[in-house]
Amino acid sequence: MRDLSLHILDIVQNSINAKATSITVSMEQRYTAVQRKKILELKIGDNGTGIDHQLLGRVEDPFITTRTTRKVGLGIPLLKESAKKCEGSFYVKSHKNVGTEISAAFSINHIDRLPIGDVGETMITLILSNPQIRFILFLTSEKGNFRLDTEEAAKSFKGVTGTEYEYINWLKEFIDDGIKNIFGGVLNEVDS
Amino acid sequence: MKSIAELDEIRKKTLAQISLRSNENGLRVIVGMATCGIAAGARPVMKAFMEEINKRKLQNITVSMTGCIGACRLEPIVDIIDNDGNKVTYVKMTPEKAERVVLEHLVNGKVCADLTIGAEEAKK
Repeated sequence: MRDLSLHILDIVQNSINAKATSITVSMEQRYTAVQRKKILELKIGDNGTGIDHQLLGRVEDPFITTRTTRKVGLGIPLLKESAKKCEGSFYVKSHKNVGTEISAAFSINHIDRLPIGDVGETMITLILSNPQIRFILFLTSEKGNFRLDTEEAAKSFKGVTGTEYEYINWLKEFIDDGIKNIFGGVLNEVDS
Repeated sequence: MKSIAELDEIRKKTLAQISLRSNENGLRVIVGMATCGIAAGARPVMKAFMEEINKRKLQNITVSMTGCIGACRLEPIVDIIDNDGNKVTYVKMTPEKAERVVLEHLVNGKVCADLTIGAEEAKK
């Protein structure tokens, strides 16, 4: 994957396949006193079917997948690799019938950290294709917070289906604005 | 900074246009969006379809995504399904090819035969 936004798009597919009705994507930039460095933590949480205990220990294995069309499942291993190669961390938490949370933390100043990429495009791609799912996007840094909840947005847009181009276009601009304001001047980079 | 309140304005504008449409006889554009598709560039392809369809104000066409179809080496893959269930599968898509497919297939109803999975497999 070239950037984090593509990882988000990929991991959220797992949530959609797990029949989630609400998916939260959060990105937080913070300073950790323990490690003395700035990190960017990406968390993707859902209320889907969850992963049972036996499978949970093996999801990071690329040769584990629940799909039937092919024998490898690279989504989670690739994200883990992206986190590990910049001295980041990674975990998957899941409870059967409750949901799953995946977290990947990236050391911001590490040379191998992937750029954020076009998060707005990832989100509108997801929202457009899955209008029935509630998506929540959180962005946090010392500059402030940004929050988008498609359920709230849909309320302000009542009477019109959530797949209208004008609506989607507005969401994209709204998210781009949020990324710019929270993560700094260059859209594709984290201010470091 | 933008605010959610702006949506109300857009809503009023679009409501007027929507009443003119119906959702029958729809074509469906389905983009493969699993790990393999995403890594091969499916997101820009999907965006190109969305933009072209809206630029040309085409009605009754839905763009959506699906998981892995099993032919990862041919990603990005796009299926176009008409209301009779006939399916055309385009492989190794790019945003440029997407523009062509919108124009020739979706607008003029002519399948771009050279971009289909059949043409790709025949090369071997």
